[in-house]
Amino acid sequence: MKKGQKTGARALVKALESAGVEYIFGYPGGATLPIYDELAHSSIKHILARHEQGAAHMADGYARASGKVGVCMATSGPGATNLVTGIATAYMDSSPVVAITGQVATSMIGNDAFQEVDTTGITIPITKHNYLIKNASDIPAIVEEAFYIASTGRKGPVLIDIPKDVQQELFYSHQSRKINLEGYKPTLKGHPGQIRRAVQLIKNAKKPLIIAGGGVVISDASEELIALIKKASIPVIHTLMGKSAVPNNHELFFGMLGYHGRVAANTAVNEADLIIAAGVRFVDRTTGPLKTFARQAKIIHIDIDPAEISKNIPAFLPIVGDAKNILSQILKTIPEIKHDEWIKYLQSVAAKHPLKAKLSGVTTPNIIRILKEITENPVVVTDVGKHQMFAVHYFPVETAHSFLTSGGLGTMGFSVPAAIGAKVAVKNRQVVDIAGDGSFLMTCQQLATAVQYNIPILVLVMNDYCLGMIHQLQDVSYGKRYQACDLDKIVDHAKLAESLGACGIRVTEEQEIAPAISEGLSNGKPTVIDFILEEKSNAYPMVTGKSLLEYIE
Amino acid sequence: MKHTISILCDDIPGVMTRISGLFSRRGFNIESLTVGHTEIPDKSRFTIVVKGDDTVLEQVRKQLQKLIHVLKVRDIKRSLAVEREHALIKIRVNEEQRGEILQIITAVQARIVDSADNMWILEVTGNSIHIDNAFNLFRSYEILESIRTGKIALERGEPGSVK
Repeated sequence: MKKGQKTGARALVKALESAGVEYIFGYPGGATLPIYDELAHSSIKHILARHEQGAAHMADGYARASGKVGVCMATSGPGATNLVTGIATAYMDSSPVVAITGQVATSMIGNDAFQEVDTTGITIPITKHNYLIKNASDIPAIVEEAFYIASTGRKGPVLIDIPKDVQQELFYSHQSRKINLEGYKPTLKGHPGQIRRAVQLIKNAKKPLIIAGGGVVISDASEELIALIKKASIPVIHTLMGKSAVPNNHELFFGMLGYHGRVAANTAVNEADLIIAAGVRFVDRTTGPLKTFARQAKIIHIDIDPAEISKNIPAFLPIVGDAKNILSQILKTIPEIKHDEWIKYLQSVAAKHPLKAKLSGVTTPNIIRILKEITENPVVVTDVGKHQMFAVHYFPVETAHSFLTSGGLGTMGFSVPAAIGAKVAVKNRQVVDIAGDGSFLMTCQQLATAVQYNIPILVLVMNDYCLGMIHQLQDVSYGKRYQACDLDKIVDHAKLAESLGACGIRVTEEQEIAPAISEGLSNGKPTVIDFILEEKSNAYPMVTGKSLLEYIE
Repeated sequence: MKHTISILCDDIPGVMTRISGLFSRRGFNIESLTVGHTEIPDKSRFTIVVKGDDTVLEQVRKQLQKLIHVLKVRDIKRSLAVEREHALIKIRVNEEQRGEILQIITAVQARIVDSADNMWILEVTGNSIHIDNAFNLFRSYEILESIRTGKIALERGEPGSVK
């Protein structure tokens, strides 16, 4: 190597360091070995996952908990395809992740070489952008672009595919190109005219309502939102992704809307005359049947992504831009308003329709209730299924970025690795994973990673030996014809955890719940509590009809 | 409704897949797609003709605009643009038909660009309707092979002035 020269791999590691990367969640392979060789001399810490999907979820969990870009890395071929579920999960929930993959040498691309797959081709629809690097001298600029794209505008995953020979190629720094993002200009500031119109609409509204979505959390707009609902006395409800946008004990907070939404929230949507939807994309699980959604309301749709405006629900007033920016602009000019009657009405609906699950015994709602009493503003990570809906309703969160869940893609297996990533990002906070027995088994091997790097997460397995949400849907919509949802009494999750080096606790009695959780929070070790549930109770409310107001509760 | 979408983008590998993927994912069948270099170095312009639901297509247009390599997307109105298409038609020419064919060639302003063994290759340029007409007229004879380029289009006036 001549003076002033460096390899592609070295340039990559240097560029990652310049981007402020502290951790890479990865799994090595033949096509990434030159990068690993360089990582040995770097300040970046590598965390070895036990499957590449886990590496991607860890990077995603890290990003969601901290707001910083999470980085994952995998080798070519199967390494890259194993990342796919994790990347798609991050994409659907607009989580800033940079994924690095090794690729076979450029001379072999297209030859069906060993461990070759068209990674950039496969990931086009699930990334915000991706790159196949052909020259090592492009690496510094591409890494800078990738981090910029991932973390600005509507955030999302960016993948960089680097052939092995490019990792080894030598180049001089002066050969590097400059970054070029001519075609990328996200709109951040809301149009002042639209903001003026929004303020006017809010002033004239009798029954205004705010729907807070994931965009409020991602743009750190909670403070502005809380100030706005107070000043203009507007009730607020949320989507699954927007749960941590407002403290859940706020007097103007009426819970989640949608298919598994609270009755008060769905009633509010139905009766509001003005809806301010911030960072929401009106997915089908949120709206229910489109024809009956919010018929009385004019909708102000605030979103950073112009493609979301009027995609599913026509916006009366679109405002494209960053939620934080726009909400603070509205806040500046909005006068103090009162909507006492409207709020009282919603409070009466809420009082008439409390949550009805059994808060005793070894049941998911009761375990979550006890968890809330014992923990101190933890980061709650959930998996996907019935326990996820119970977690939304029974665990009131206090601050933003405190409820991490796979909302868009609904990826079972998300929670264990995402909790690991989150704990790495926010070491001083408790990180509790609420999982089902089905979802836990999908990625539980990642616990070995938590043990290896001493990442003390607490995993609560709601074990009914059953795929709960499937069971519930077959119960309600398929005439109780239960198919393929019985997991049988095979796995002892506590012993499984112990075999992976974690602490395992089995709970079968109510009085064991609190001590087990306290033990898991204080022992400083990754811990799994296997709660043997006493019944297969369904997660309600659940919309069953042609509008959000036809439901079982 | 039929739409003509004009896209200015970076001229790099893979850009075609990114663009066409956004159409195919939503079930649009691309009627024609042309791409070529422009007056700007390293930029190409696509002209894509698709038929489909206006709302969904507007969604696709917004998604196209989000691609990092795409600089500009326009849904071009036919009345405000110049559109051209080019076709090559290989036709069998018998002695007795030669005169009639030559008359049609004159009428549609086609040109003979190759002739051998009683086969001519004709070229025709014009808007899509003009090309359709030419095909209709030549169809009475034996068309051996043919190809149309698909539409290219440019908006009239100052670039970007058409709203």
